[in-house]
Amino acid sequence: MSNSKSDLESAFADEPALIPYVVAGDPGIEETKEYVRALVRGGADVVELGLPFSEPIADGPTIQNAIRRALNGGMTPQKYLDLVSALDVDVPIVCMTYYNLIYQYGGREAQRASERSSGGTPRDEEGVEAFVSAAADAGIAGLIVPDLPVEESGPLRLACDEYGLDLVFIVAPTTTDRRKRRISTQASGFVYVQARMGTTGAQADVSGDTHESLQRLAGSDLPKAVGFGVSEGEHAREIISAGADGVVVGSALVDIVASGENVAERLETKAAELKSGAREGRQDIPEPERTSN
Amino acid sequence: MSETNETNERNAMNEANETKFGEYGGQYVPEVLMPAIEELQSAYERYVLNNEDGFIDEFRRHMRDFGGRPTPLQRADALSERYGKEIYLKREDLVHGGAHKLNNALGQVLLAKYMGKERIVAETGAGQHGTATAMAAAYLDIDCEVFMGRTDINRQRPNVFRMRTHDADVIPVDVGSGTLKEAINETMRDWATNVEDTHYVIGSVVGPHPFPKMVRDFQSVISEESREQIREQAGRLPDSVVACAGGGSNTMGAFHNFVPDEDVSLFAVEAGGSGLTIDEDEGVAPHSASLGTGEDGVLHGARTKLLQSEDGQILESHSVSAGLDYSGVGPELAHLVETGRVTPVNVDDDAALEAFHRLSKLEGIIPALESSHAVAFLEEVTDLDELGDLVVVNVSGRGDKDLDTVIEESEKRGIDAAPSMEVFR
Repeated sequence: MSNSKSDLESAFADEPALIPYVVAGDPGIEETKEYVRALVRGGADVVELGLPFSEPIADGPTIQNAIRRALNGGMTPQKYLDLVSALDVDVPIVCMTYYNLIYQYGGREAQRASERSSGGTPRDEEGVEAFVSAAADAGIAGLIVPDLPVEESGPLRLACDEYGLDLVFIVAPTTTDRRKRRISTQASGFVYVQARMGTTGAQADVSGDTHESLQRLAGSDLPKAVGFGVSEGEHAREIISAGADGVVVGSALVDIVASGENVAERLETKAAELKSGAREGRQDIPEPERTSN
Repeated sequence: MSETNETNERNAMNEANETKFGEYGGQYVPEVLMPAIEELQSAYERYVLNNEDGFIDEFRRHMRDFGGRPTPLQRADALSERYGKEIYLKREDLVHGGAHKLNNALGQVLLAKYMGKERIVAETGAGQHGTATAMAAAYLDIDCEVFMGRTDINRQRPNVFRMRTHDADVIPVDVGSGTLKEAINETMRDWATNVEDTHYVIGSVVGPHPFPKMVRDFQSVISEESREQIREQAGRLPDSVVACAGGGSNTMGAFHNFVPDEDVSLFAVEAGGSGLTIDEDEGVAPHSASLGTGEDGVLHGARTKLLQSEDGQILESHSVSAGLDYSGVGPELAHLVETGRVTPVNVDDDAALEAFHRLSKLEGIIPALESSHAVAFLEEVTDLDELGDLVVVNVSGRGDKDLDTVIEESEKRGIDAAPSMEVFR
């Protein structure tokens, strides 16, 4: 990797980054575009846009339901990429999805063609490269694939390097130091610090695991964004003051989408609340201790 | 340590570290679970492969005294006459609890105890794995929660009651079609939340490494016994072994020790459901034949053959048998099919129901609807010569749990072989 910062890394440069998440196509494509714009108006520095997969094992009920609404509405990987291409916002977009959709991209026609031409090139590299190439064309800055640990990420890491995408990895409260080092060698853009055990879902407080995880990652060169359970400006403040470089917020925003009432306006307000909490958190840190990104 | 022991140990270590079968298998799980999987990998290597602390000896003792092993290999006289061959039935329906599932459940619950875990979770489709796990948990005294899809709860009530009787908590899963696929998702989520004190007793040869190998090892007692028994009773190895395949645990158990015997044909009988055509718009496959018709993909921690749409969304599967109703299959089976060692075949719902009644009448054995698929293949195979003269069929479980479904479905479909109950109305 080069020394110059990627789009994602740069998003953390000036102040603590707010990274909101919504599911693409929930409830429809036009609504998603409107919601992303609202989140950016509210202060989002990066937008994490979920590409829905039918078996979201890392997600809790709120996001599972959003994924079901999007799939019922006819969301597909191709429509997702078209949606991203059409987005007129100037913050980086990160695609969060599960590995099977990446593996299958391009469909069976591509698989059959590759088998004919190469006499049996391993299937995953074909689909993976096709997906990453299309994602780069659509303007996606990076990928988060929660069911792909570093051990299985070789083909995707190679394709991301080739097409200039960041590949973000999650560090969990259970991640050992040995695994943390292995993840550090493969991750780019930022490290996603999972604040608590389990799956995604808004929580009433910030887990004690967060502070410990951040401390263990203190030596890492990449920005650290904390997610899983973050729902309020106060949480954002606490997380940033504990040393994080950004916060990821999903379920609390997806709840607003699910309510169907004044969604864009409320998303903007919520993003502004989270962003201002994050800024306050940065002010809580004594000057010499601040990390320079 | 002798040289042979050293070699065995080295082979065992290689076996434990290799996460894939050819292109299939692997460890596609959220990071939060990876340390638990590494811990399990090490426990599998120490206790299961190397018999540390006498684990395997204790497992075998429990299987004998509590589980009722070995099970008989019975010559099926009426079937032998009907098909003009020597047909032998491996009677896994006689394992305590009524299915092969106990072999694995007892192995994993015991392993959880050796690992110092305080709680186990499991998923179940037909309820046989849940029942076996609840039974093993009661026997070995460990807390147990079982996730089960709502559809399966409704069609397998006796097993729900059995699990509750053993003091396990049964947690209904309402999302999706409410079958095995959703129950697995939910159990993985619970495991991700409680991974430090909890072991996930996965019910088939599916999931991330080391589950497919470990479950196969616990189930391989089926082929270990039947290989010895058929030599003793028929004087030679069989020409073919037939077993039903959903996730594939009884299949791998019945096949494993025959895999090196290349003259023995291995037939994996999948659920053909109501037909093999897929409705992509509805996201539904009217069958569960992932080995025969599925495409490569990644689900529930492993790369394997899956029922999925062109885009990679997983399709809902169907079978009259809850235990076969799954969109994926074990990665080792996918590999054995890909390399031509195992032949995937399928029979439809009606043929399975006919076979259920046929075996009950002719041999006095009420088979599980899963096992009925294996038995049905004898009737449905297009060329009986394919099977050879000496055939072992794995009767993976007994059918008591399926009686409600069989009564309802036989009447609805007008299954000829079903007994008339008219006079008892």
